Amino acid sequence: MTTQKSDSLEPTTETVHLKDPALAALLAWLIPGLGHFYQGRWAKAVLLFVCIMGTFVYGLYLGSDPAVGWGRVVYWTWQPGEKRLYYFCQIGVGLPAVPAIIQAIRVHGGEGPMGTFMAPPFLGAEKNAPPGRIALDQIHRRLGRYFELGTIYTAVAGLLNILAIFDAWAGPVIPAPHPKKEDKDDEKHPDDKAPSPADASTVKS
Amino acid sequence: MFSHLLLAVLGPSDLWYAVPLIVAVSLVYAATRHEQTQEILRHAARTATWIAGFMAVVFVALWLVTWFV
Repeated sequence: MTTQKSDSLEPTTETVHLKDPALAALLAWLIPGLGHFYQGRWAKAVLLFVCIMGTFVYGLYLGSDPAVGWGRVVYWTWQPGEKRLYYFCQIGVGLPAVPAIIQAIRVHGGEGPMGTFMAPPFLGAEKNAPPGRIALDQIHRRLGRYFELGTIYTAVAGLLNILAIFDAWAGPVIPAPHPKKEDKDDEKHPDDKAPSPADASTVKS
Repeated sequence: MFSHLLLAVLGPSDLWYAVPLIVAVSLVYAATRHEQTQEILRHAARTATWIAGFMAVVFVALWLVTWFV
């Protein structure tokens, strides 16, 4: 591993061993950082896990209230009245968002949800809610703006993990060198060309 | 005028909820661009500054609009 520059955004020259990229990508989806852990990229694994899971859990916390239960901002429902598009972003975080699918299957299959965690809310009037279900109106009334904040936090966490999955699958996306700086370097040392982005980081699988 | 602006920015505000998001987004974005921790942190600091600056410009623009309307 050769370090070239330390005071710019341009990359160092190094080799990244991706092992089995498909398996790493799957692991990265299941648990944020797990794919990097499998590849031996410990620092990035810890950083990704803390950042992504921290964002997701904080979003769940914001979307919680003793009266309506924990994690009410992550749920799956697709019916007239509410099509929960945010869940497509939230599921990017992997296993931590999967309970919402289990809860949705149970509810739409006629069974009651297991507790309130990630359970789809009842969309009718609050007084008509069946036992074990909590109306969406009640959740909004209790959580207020924290419902939106929690939704955004959990959705952003899922989207960030998609970036992490790509990094586990294909390695870091090396920024292109600044064209003006490269031109100046070429003028000064015409025989000593700056490395191209493809040369800057070698990805081995 | 500026005291009102400072109060709007630094006082109790939902804007503070943007801070953890900026930190997380900057770090994860930088981590997908570099492999070395120092480079990641350096890139994240610049990305966070850029995002915060962009938000500040939008904030001031909107604030000026409300001031003149």
